[in-house]
Amino acid sequence: MSDISSTAVLDRPASEAENPSVNDLTIHVATVNGSGSQSSNSVLMRSIFQMGVPVSGKNMFPSNIAGLPTWFTIRANKDGWIARKKEVDILICMNAATSKEDVEGLLAGSLCIYDAPLNCKSLRSDVTFFEVPFGKLAGEVSQDSRLKKLLTNMIYVGVVAELIGIERDEMIAALNKQFKGKQKAVDLNVQAIDKGSSFARESLPKQNQFRIQRMNKTAGKIIIDGNAAAAIGAMFGGVSVVTWYPITPSSSLCESLIDYLKQHRIGPDGKATFAVVQAEDEIAAIGMVLGAGWAGARSMTSTSGPGISLMSEFAGLGYFAEIPGVIWDIQRVGPSTGLPTRTAQGDVLQVFSLSHGDTQHIALIPSSVRECYDFGMEALDLAEIFQTPVFVLSDLDLGMNNWMSDPFPYPDKPIRRGKVLDKAKLEELEGKWGRYADTDGDAIPYRTLPGTDHPDASYFTRGSGHDEQARYSEKPSDYKNAVDRLARKYETAKQYVPKPIIEERKGATIGLIGYGTTDFALQEARHQLLKEKGIETGYLRLRALPLTSDVRDFVAKHDHICVVEQNRDGQMGDLIRLEVGEDQKKIRKILHYSGLPIDARFISDSVLQLETMGG
Amino acid sequence: MADSVIKTTAEVPKENRIGLKASDYQGGKSTLCAGCGHDAISNQIVRAFYEMNVKPERVVKFSGIGCSSKTPAYFLSRSHGFNAVHGRMPSVATGAMLANHQLLGIGVSGDGDTASIGLGQFMHTVRRNVPLVYIIENNGVYGLTKGQFSATADEGSKLKSGVINDLPPMDLCALAVELGCGFVARGFAGDPKQMVNILKAAIAHNGLCVIDVISPCVTFNNHEGSTKGYQYSKEHQELLHQIGFVQSYEQIEVEYEPGQMKEVTMHDGSRVLLKKLEEDYDPSSVMDALTRLHAAEEAGEILTGLVFLKPEKKSFLDLLNLTDVPLRDLQIEALRPKPEALDRIMKELM
Repeated sequence: MSDISSTAVLDRPASEAENPSVNDLTIHVATVNGSGSQSSNSVLMRSIFQMGVPVSGKNMFPSNIAGLPTWFTIRANKDGWIARKKEVDILICMNAATSKEDVEGLLAGSLCIYDAPLNCKSLRSDVTFFEVPFGKLAGEVSQDSRLKKLLTNMIYVGVVAELIGIERDEMIAALNKQFKGKQKAVDLNVQAIDKGSSFARESLPKQNQFRIQRMNKTAGKIIIDGNAAAAIGAMFGGVSVVTWYPITPSSSLCESLIDYLKQHRIGPDGKATFAVVQAEDEIAAIGMVLGAGWAGARSMTSTSGPGISLMSEFAGLGYFAEIPGVIWDIQRVGPSTGLPTRTAQGDVLQVFSLSHGDTQHIALIPSSVRECYDFGMEALDLAEIFQTPVFVLSDLDLGMNNWMSDPFPYPDKPIRRGKVLDKAKLEELEGKWGRYADTDGDAIPYRTLPGTDHPDASYFTRGSGHDEQARYSEKPSDYKNAVDRLARKYETAKQYVPKPIIEERKGATIGLIGYGTTDFALQEARHQLLKEKGIETGYLRLRALPLTSDVRDFVAKHDHICVVEQNRDGQMGDLIRLEVGEDQKKIRKILHYSGLPIDARFISDSVLQLETMGG
Repeated sequence: MADSVIKTTAEVPKENRIGLKASDYQGGKSTLCAGCGHDAISNQIVRAFYEMNVKPERVVKFSGIGCSSKTPAYFLSRSHGFNAVHGRMPSVATGAMLANHQLLGIGVSGDGDTASIGLGQFMHTVRRNVPLVYIIENNGVYGLTKGQFSATADEGSKLKSGVINDLPPMDLCALAVELGCGFVARGFAGDPKQMVNILKAAIAHNGLCVIDVISPCVTFNNHEGSTKGYQYSKEHQELLHQIGFVQSYEQIEVEYEPGQMKEVTMHDGSRVLLKKLEEDYDPSSVMDALTRLHAAEEAGEILTGLVFLKPEKKSFLDLLNLTDVPLRDLQIEALRPKPEALDRIMKELM
């Protein structure tokens, strides 16, 4: 087996610099955290979007409120490639602390707009520099020192807009959206943009290397982050109890959800059809989710890796006692301080078998904002159908960054509540039922909800020791029956979880497997491999655990399989190896784990390298 | 020793007002040691719910881990029960109460389950005022793991093995008062009459009720040198007052001398009567409660009775402005906003 791990190789193809590039560029803004550049970057991104050019934005921010370096990358691409591209075309260099490193990281032939005091032009001779006296220009718009700082950011929007051809009207429209029509704020920022544009027009050299031109590829589309999309899905999925504990990068999921619920889920009587609790920690959050799920609510929480670790004991109880609940895991880099604001796909194995004993969990893995919305609903249904905790594995890149999407369609499926016996059904059964009995042969038992008005409705919920009637039991045969049925229930789940998306190519010997946010870069990498090297590849995108037989079939059809993921050890690759038996020798791993989102060039280079090495 | 209760009712009838017998409130057979204080408490729970005419199907039982936490299987078999994980009963109870605010929740925990591993959840549940009767069956030791000290063990108390506890005890009643609990009581498993009246008042209370019950462990903490055994507790029980409970439908007037009795009306119209053995004690005063609890601790007394009562405090469910229909009963019409709502959200994002 061969593994390729992440090392950044910056190598711009020679041909690229010679051809003017229209609607294919990357703008990299380097600023200081807390300087208010977020609005400027949003306006820049949105203006390009409104000009009909597909665009994506990625915020690479520190774990800090103010003072540390932060970067924002905007990628515009006429073909709709929206993964991160590590090669920067235009650098907006505003941070003295990182300017040297930022400029040195540029490829020859790139453009660099910089704040005059940083004197970047002295650093290199193979980059085109545009020096702007931002402080002076801001002072001409406002004398207020706090405003000046914010306006400085809007001035760079004006400068870059003039240099690459972003239309003024679209920037004004984006400003209106950003400041929600607050005229005073809009006017002031228009002044700042105009100040930047006119300075660029009058005092900077022209460039024709990178251009934005109006096209028609974004009409009718929306821009949204994955956490907000998940929140909308959960709301339309009928979530009624939400618990959470703040943790980056998941906090904005529940915060969005609270906003949406307040707007759309207050009944005609002015009362809430939902309860939200900010818990004291993640243990309490999952405890409340299970309590609510047990008592019949549609319950969920959202967290990230460290929170998942804390939820582990309850996850096992939920699995054994068979209690529904949804847990969103917005994955990020590991424990404690350091890189909690950087993306990763490192919780796959942890979530798969979270807790003690023989546990196996259902997990859904969205790779787009649309799937965050869909799975927001689907997870609530599956949790109740299977009476078990259901996890959703998103990540920071998907959850916190803005993505373009078609608008979400209204759900066409009813809300599914699973097997619940109410008073009428208990009367039909004359009270004869067993909480943990496999009556239907699908290993999914029936349950009753507390408060059901029938003398035989009640049962006692415990962890591992119970018989089919939910009576206390330590008998070996009862325990074995219970865990064997749980394994069969997991088998049943294979028919219900979202199937992988498979693209097979005639004659392809290489099969690529990915999941989550790796998808965008993988699709682009396949395009690069085909266009540049004539290599066809098959592609299977996983969308859930348990793995289904599709994976085995896909692996069997290819000579080599590359599992591409954003963690150090290739966790999904290991699960696939367990699944495919003899074929496991075909599995190779392409692993990106720097804290930054994976990019296409890394994947295509790695595939080529593995092929050359011969595996 | 003075009687701990005020006589308010005559004979207990064979059937309660909703036509159920006491046996309808029974649970499974206890597997605890013979003479365990916990079983005495379970008996009073059965009696209190029976006499309060609560339909067992409306009740929901929660517990954590330990001997105490096994007891919900030994009362109210017709109620759903949830034996959660160690120290985390409060969060499960909170979730269930959110899902269905019409349930009547009772949680049983122990001193290990609440004062050590579960202290965080205990405190936050008190702070939220989740409507729940929260009983701590307090014996100062971990019974199910064979007799280690817990965090409520008194300084200087001795294990059977001779080990002496040299750390100060946590007073869960004082802690609950400090955190704003609207109903705080201490009972003794050896005083069932007082216990049942405290329980009835708790069932009538809308909000969290903390009831710390000294409940001797006959196997690991009932010997000489123990400060949580039967003998020691009997000798050191100090009554704060005599307690009586009068149902809302009862026309009972209790005679008393002016200034000798305090009556508190609960939100269901029932009345709690407290005959002032300690004359100037005001059970709605945080300062009185804390002062008296600390004084009792210093004097080595086990102070029992309703230490603090403030029935008007809003419960967590009241604060959440929940719809009248329990969340768990909401149908798709209420749970899924209309297509126009989605259209509006999408337009905002374009």
